[in-house]
Amino acid sequence: MKSSFVKRLTLAASLMLIGGSAAAQVKIAYIDPLSGPFANVGDGGLKGFKEAAEILVNQKGGIMGQKLEFVGFDNKGSPQESQIQLKAAIDQGFRFITQGNGSGAAHSLIDAVNKWNARNPDKTVLFFNYAAVDPTLTNEKCSFWHFRFDANTDMKMEAITSFMENDKKIKKVFIIGQDYAHGHQVARAAKEMLARKRKDIKIVGEDLHPIGRVKDFAPYVAKIKASGADTVITGNWGNDLSLLVKAAKDAGLKTRFFTYYAGGLGTPQAMGASGENQVLQLTEWHMNVPTKSTEKFALDFNKKYPGLYFYYLRVNTMTEMVAKAMNTAKSTDPKAVALALEDMRFPAENGEVWMRKSDHQLMQPLFISVFSKQDGKTVKHDSEGTGYGWKTLASISQRDSQLPTSCIMERP
Amino acid sequence: MEFVVISLLNGITYGLLLFMLSSGLTLIFSMMGILNFAHASFYMLGAYFAYQISTWVGFWPGLLVAPLLVGAVGAAVERYGLRRAHRFGHVAELLFTFGLAFLVEEIVHLIWGKVAVDYRIPLELDGTLFTLFDTSFPIYKGFMMLVSVGMLVALYMLLTRTRIGLIIQAALTKPDMVEALGHNVPRIFMLVFGGGTALAGLAGVIGGNAFVTEPGMAAAVGSIVFVVVVVGGLGSLTGAFVASLLIGCIQTFSVAMTLSITDVFALIGVALPEGSQVARLTITQLAPVLPYVLMVAILIFRPRGLMGARES
Repeated sequence: MKSSFVKRLTLAASLMLIGGSAAAQVKIAYIDPLSGPFANVGDGGLKGFKEAAEILVNQKGGIMGQKLEFVGFDNKGSPQESQIQLKAAIDQGFRFITQGNGSGAAHSLIDAVNKWNARNPDKTVLFFNYAAVDPTLTNEKCSFWHFRFDANTDMKMEAITSFMENDKKIKKVFIIGQDYAHGHQVARAAKEMLARKRKDIKIVGEDLHPIGRVKDFAPYVAKIKASGADTVITGNWGNDLSLLVKAAKDAGLKTRFFTYYAGGLGTPQAMGASGENQVLQLTEWHMNVPTKSTEKFALDFNKKYPGLYFYYLRVNTMTEMVAKAMNTAKSTDPKAVALALEDMRFPAENGEVWMRKSDHQLMQPLFISVFSKQDGKTVKHDSEGTGYGWKTLASISQRDSQLPTSCIMERP
Repeated sequence: MEFVVISLLNGITYGLLLFMLSSGLTLIFSMMGILNFAHASFYMLGAYFAYQISTWVGFWPGLLVAPLLVGAVGAAVERYGLRRAHRFGHVAELLFTFGLAFLVEEIVHLIWGKVAVDYRIPLELDGTLFTLFDTSFPIYKGFMMLVSVGMLVALYMLLTRTRIGLIIQAALTKPDMVEALGHNVPRIFMLVFGGGTALAGLAGVIGGNAFVTEPGMAAAVGSIVFVVVVVGGLGSLTGAFVASLLIGCIQTFSVAMTLSITDVFALIGVALPEGSQVARLTITQLAPVLPYVLMVAILIFRPRGLMGARES
């Protein structure tokens, strides 16, 4: 009796699932943390994709008349759970996945996708990576089935160190990062490139902390302070960054921070006034980079989701490029879409971008900006209601951001 | 010098918060013999209650009301859950609290969502208390220390200077005798459980906004409080106090050590083969494990803990 009730319940639930997803024809599984310490990051990204699909694709005719939809799968930030979610997505008929938060999860997914595609050539899956920046993903481990829409760590660090090269005030650098693939790559790239460009800069400390587990960064800040560093380089993201800058603010640490991700997801709020002229970021875009239509898109997004602030331009770029590739190929077969994406040049809102065929790494303009008081002119918009926003200090053209790749791609 | 003093302050602040969490746990254990696996869940509830209250009427009422609410929840759990489970022995109790921890987490998911809530430090406490060698010490950390020390004193007074305290102390070692003298021991148990969880709730109120209020916060501190209780000695408040400060300082100072395992072994004259992954680990990277190493060492060499009264 009981078990038949349970059976009926599961049947009803699965019917609802199928019924719910049948409305949209082109579906992309968004496999990212929707719970756990980075839930806010994953949640913000999913809302960004949903909004981009609606405004930039569906309202403009969709994909060959069909609607594009992003569906969330919670990988809890874990590489193992990512594989389980990938399996679940494939079982539900998804042929496209996207992921970004955590290069560990990206490594796990790229392996699983390669394996799946080798065994199921008639049901291939394509992986769009919007934020996992470990360089190996488009070098040693590059795959035909993987496309990256964010600049990788080496490209970002190349830009940051070129900027530091000209700032003779920098003498002592401290590197702090999360103890996993991405944090290691940031530290390695920073050390290699600084040694090449500025031999006089001393690395006075290097720390890796457990990812997502440190709630009080005060001990790390005390260490940075004791090291006498004038500059900190960090690849931290999400709460690991906002708690770090919060602890730095509390302790009155006056070093400059070069970051990848200070522009969003609570970090500007955590810095407040203390970040002024202290915190720099390298991004593909920020609110004060002039665009044709993204300014309005961002303001509408912020109004629609109170407490969230539009941050990832590359989410929009990726959504538009994927839609364009499907429309050009006149197909939603992963292989055809991949072939259409390769070598695509696309007028994105931050300038022309190019998906390099040899490694599937997107080349795009990059901007170095500093947290500054909103003045209505160069700093037209503030960030997260703080009264401070990002002021561009340097821009790197798409061409200048390119680095060689060691990718030897196996093509189907 | 500057570094040592600042790290000491950081360590003590963290240690005092740990003490607030573990004092309730050790009280409950010593009285009732229950290892409350859900203890950290009450810490989380405290933070969420305080957040909810702060959105309605501000932080200060929450500081008082939230722990009381958590205590009431705790007392209800003891009265209607644990007391029944108790009939089936310790294993049933243990499993009950274990399940309760998951239940609380799911309830928090349902009510407040999976994403961290925006529980902030009140404006009055957001600023610099004093500046020591040009590192500033935030007011809020001072406030945290004040609350925990205040709580320690109040708890000490309650246990040693009041009638109820004397009865609790007596019930700690001779529950049957206390019952024979006509005291309602089950009710005392309920009060102790409620009181213990209220202390965890208070820790949540002030820890939630100092760090992050999110559904994973219980799991993050859940295991460390057991370390404190074991190291301090099961049932000993003073032990829990010493162990909290010790672990707070260990965690703070180990972050600062740039020595690698190779260096440590070199200090005692053993040269490790080069190039192995393990040998290159630094003490900083090992920082999160050190409290557990301490716990294992204590269990081996001094099973009753630093100040525990009993072997069991």
